[in-house]
Amino acid sequence: MKLRPLALCLALAAPALATPAAAERLVASVSNHRVQVSSSFTGEELVLFGSIERASNDPQRRGGYDVIAIVNGPRQNLVTYRKDRVLGIWVNVDSRVFDNVPGYLAVLANRPLDMIANAETLRRLQLGLANVVLLQRAAVTIADSSLDDPFRLAFLKLRQKQQLYQEATNGITFLTPTLYRASIPLPAESPIGDYEIDVRLFADGAPIARTNSAFEVFKTGIEQVMTSAARDHSLVYGLTTAMMALVTGWFASVVFRRD
Amino acid sequence: MQIYLPIADLPVNIFVILAIGLAVGFISGMFGIGGGFLMTPLLIFLGVTPAVAVASVTGHIAASSMSGAVSYWRRNAVDIALAFMLLGGGLVGTVFGVWLFTLLRSLGQLDLTIGLSYVVLLCIVGALMVAESLRAIIRARQGKPVELRRPGSHTWFHGLPFKVRFKRSRIYVSAIPVWAIGFIIGFVGAVMGIGGGFLLVPMLIYLLRVPTATVIGTSMVLTLITMASATVLHAVTNHLVDALLALILMVGGVIGAQFGARAGARISGEWLRLLLGLLVLAVGVRFALDLVLTPDELYFIRPLEGGS
Repeated sequence: MKLRPLALCLALAAPALATPAAAERLVASVSNHRVQVSSSFTGEELVLFGSIERASNDPQRRGGYDVIAIVNGPRQNLVTYRKDRVLGIWVNVDSRVFDNVPGYLAVLANRPLDMIANAETLRRLQLGLANVVLLQRAAVTIADSSLDDPFRLAFLKLRQKQQLYQEATNGITFLTPTLYRASIPLPAESPIGDYEIDVRLFADGAPIARTNSAFEVFKTGIEQVMTSAARDHSLVYGLTTAMMALVTGWFASVVFRRD
Repeated sequence: MQIYLPIADLPVNIFVILAIGLAVGFISGMFGIGGGFLMTPLLIFLGVTPAVAVASVTGHIAASSMSGAVSYWRRNAVDIALAFMLLGGGLVGTVFGVWLFTLLRSLGQLDLTIGLSYVVLLCIVGALMVAESLRAIIRARQGKPVELRRPGSHTWFHGLPFKVRFKRSRIYVSAIPVWAIGFIIGFVGAVMGIGGGFLLVPMLIYLLRVPTATVIGTSMVLTLITMASATVLHAVTNHLVDALLALILMVGGVIGAQFGARAGARISGEWLRLLLGLLVLAVGVRFALDLVLTPDELYFIRPLEGGS
């Protein structure tokens, strides 16, 4: 109940915060909505195409347009461990659970983020790897720890090393002032599941339009058959694998028989 | 040529996996061991998660043991009675090992325990084997007769009851140490994710005085049964057996094992034990360095296991 006046204030303030008379529409579509992981999958590069539709009464944007696209992969629970030396040997002394964090995260933009909008805006909209909120859990308490927390920094660094998190400020190119193109690099280790693309249009340092798109990464063919067999028919799958081992071994001893 | 592993969720170069299979298979054929203590670390190094590596390697070990066991069986070099008595103890040991494994995992120090057990076990066994084989080699050089079987030198457990005669191995020992050895192998295998052949072979030779003629064939039959059951158990409990990875490893492994077995037949027993001892010791030292040296990266990420 106490929150109601505040909510009212926010509701009134919202149109004022957004750039006035912003009528541009943002359109985006991805080249492939279903990415197949087959036995020859070694990663893929998706292309995101889009345009900015201007109405005749839209204001002239002196600084031109900027686009930031955020690609979020399926959510995962990941543990980050920290080692330390105890009695001369390296032991996992501390750990944090990262709750429900994206298994894949790409931040793509047409130029450095700090040139598109000010630090405050970027932080508020969680734009850029430095600003994305990652919920952490130590033992029992859930906390959104500070942006320079060592576990958070180590987590981001390791994920970037695997190319599962990336920030490319040259990832979007404008073909014409209103037509843009972005490439979404999916490494081979990209998690299976649904991906969401959140595209934001900026002009003069303010967000003026937003749209989204999505795609799915899924296993197909023999990969899909084996994954579902291992999960749904595990006994048959295990027995088959064991039999395969015995037959392979027996076959080799027959083929290589010398006596 | 890259191939995507369905359960490990990882693309790998098929020839690298095949080469690892061949190399480990060669070693396993030569020494009559499964080679799990070499294979599992190699796969982890390639980026396969430890859980998937341990689960999938069991299939590979079953295949190489099968190929070796059939060859030894044809040469009548398997003591099946001894193998089944060891298996009895082994199954009980596996159950206890899985229980400890689960307990340690819930305490969150499984990695450290596995690392420390590798170091302690491999270093001790490796050092003992190197020392023993060197003594044997020096004795042989000095022209003294090789004493493989010393009928008079009975150890204390030869006085234990429940004596059983194993005809094929021509030994007459109490069932208690046979069960105990089986138990230790099953226990260690479940906790460390290895077949335990490198432990079993020296134990059978030095403790039970099983002749070298039957020791490797018998060890392979035991490994074959335990690892084939472990494959099924891992598939049912954890769903982490990557059959494609196991198949590539198997194909390389069985071919390597054939060549290894032939190479091993040309080397005398002492030198074979010295080589195996050095190999075991080297892997143990490698694990020790991992624990002691400052790692490049102090942090690492793992998927959260279980629901908590």
